Amino acid sequence: MFESSIDRIPDVFMKVPLVNFVLLATMLFVIGIVGVLIRKNAIIIFMSIELMLNAVNMLLIAFSSYKSDPNGQIFVFFIMAVAAAEVAVGLAIIVMIFRNIKTIDISILNKLRG
Amino acid sequence: MYPIIVFSVSGLLMLFLGLSVNKKSLLPYNLLFMLVGLASNFLDWNAPGLYFNGMLEISNPIILVQWVLIFAAILVSGISSRQFDDTHAYPAEYYAIMQFALVGALIMVSFQNLLMLFVGLEILSVGLYVLTGSDKRNLRGNEAAIKYFLMGSFATGIFLFGVAMFYGATGSFDISSGNSVANNLLEGKMFFWLGMVFIFIGLLFKISAAPFHFWTADVYQGAPTVFSAFMATIVKTAVIFALFRLAAYSFNLEYENWSKFLVIIIGLSMVIGNVTAVFQTNFKRVLAFSSISQAGFMLLSLIGLGAQSYGNLGFYSLSYALATISAFGVFLVISSNTIVEGRPSENINVFDGLFSRNPDLAIILLISMLSLAGIPLTSGFWSKFFVLNDAAAKGYFWILILGVLMSAVSLYYYFNPIRASFKKTDLGKIEISSLSKYTLYVCAALTILFGIAPNILRSLF
Repeated sequence: MFESSIDRIPDVFMKVPLVNFVLLATMLFVIGIVGVLIRKNAIIIFMSIELMLNAVNMLLIAFSSYKSDPNGQIFVFFIMAVAAAEVAVGLAIIVMIFRNIKTIDISILNKLRG
Repeated sequence: MYPIIVFSVSGLLMLFLGLSVNKKSLLPYNLLFMLVGLASNFLDWNAPGLYFNGMLEISNPIILVQWVLIFAAILVSGISSRQFDDTHAYPAEYYAIMQFALVGALIMVSFQNLLMLFVGLEILSVGLYVLTGSDKRNLRGNEAAIKYFLMGSFATGIFLFGVAMFYGATGSFDISSGNSVANNLLEGKMFFWLGMVFIFIGLLFKISAAPFHFWTADVYQGAPTVFSAFMATIVKTAVIFALFRLAAYSFNLEYENWSKFLVIIIGLSMVIGNVTAVFQTNFKRVLAFSSISQAGFMLLSLIGLGAQSYGNLGFYSLSYALATISAFGVFLVISSNTIVEGRPSENINVFDGLFSRNPDLAIILLISMLSLAGIPLTSGFWSKFFVLNDAAAKGYFWILILGVLMSAVSLYYYFNPIRASFKKTDLGKIEISSLSKYTLYVCAALTILFGIAPNILRSLF
């Protein structure tokens, strides 16, 4: 559907090897994962998840540029739009919990047991 | 393709109907819209091909799976009758979100491009985060909602990382482009393998296969029971078919590499799901752990990956949906009649004396439990038989033996409610609304029908 409009990699990208982008994105992604696993505050966990999504966005854009293929950049728009929708729902859930128990520390949420 | 449009429009209509129509007459409208969606799917019959610039694929087997999904949604709406009558419920919104979530599920079983898979997955998941937390005053519901939301978005992040790596390796999001890197050197394949692993992990999270299952029991327990049934059937069916499409079209040349790991995940799901379920006293948690082990069985057809596997998986999904929805439906009626400490009791002992309180419900419960356990003359037996047969054809005999062993373990906890229902009791009769009664009859009748003649359904695929 989307024909490539540029047939070569822009010069500015040539100066930085692709592997640098991949490493940076992977590092951001790992920071996000570690944040989700060790933090207890729901908002911070939430921010870590956004960090994971943004790492993915960067990875997609880097690949898209190096392959001179716009599909990856279109995907990024979809991720941003969906992430915004997810934020709306997620914050609504957090506000709902805050109204009931006056805290957003997820470690005190342990009512569900067999 | 048409049901996607129908449900997108009817979801919006449903929201407007909520303003003008009496709460109790919303359910008939919801059923009407779903039947229209079911019928509109027929317009695509015998018109296979790619639609929307190669974004979606439509073929007859895919249409049958979409029918399974819509039919399961109709059954879930059927058992929801009288559940949303209290003043804090907003049935128009619930039904609208159910229809939107169904759009996501329909996209997920027919995607041709990973972009559509992502969009479908998110439509389905975001809708369910809302439904899980829909009982705003219930602290357990709140806890389930935040757990589901955080784990779900975490899984989405992992899945997206896999998609990005897949794109880096192949330069395209089309699922058939996975084959283009088959002959690459190790360097190009590195990204592809990473992408494959992360996509699998992300989707296995959503299907709640062990070891990615830890959120399942809490979420199923905390969510309102109707939406637990929705989660257990529709989400599981949609995600397993998405995985099947990826395994069959993108990763089929790497079969030797991923099948070894997948078979371990299947074994873990069966063992953890069945053994943990034995120790549960809450019926919704029992069904949650049972759904983990059933996910393991469903994944067996990915190991099989033969000509019949798609049909086997469709048969498994339908028979699992029928049995689970009737289990949840019976439980829903009884638990709302057994109030303990101001809220419906969810303990297994709510089934005590069910046979004398309402014999029909006890028989339906018996059929659904037998089907989940895989006893002959119910469709559950054939569905397990077909998928195990599939896996054995590829030479995985140890998983076959494990599967049969674990089915034997599952008999213990599936028979707990049955034993309870034949106890003596002095509690009064249970009344049930006629719509949920007929829904449960349909579930039980189809379970027996497909148990006696499985080829009626299987020959269609």
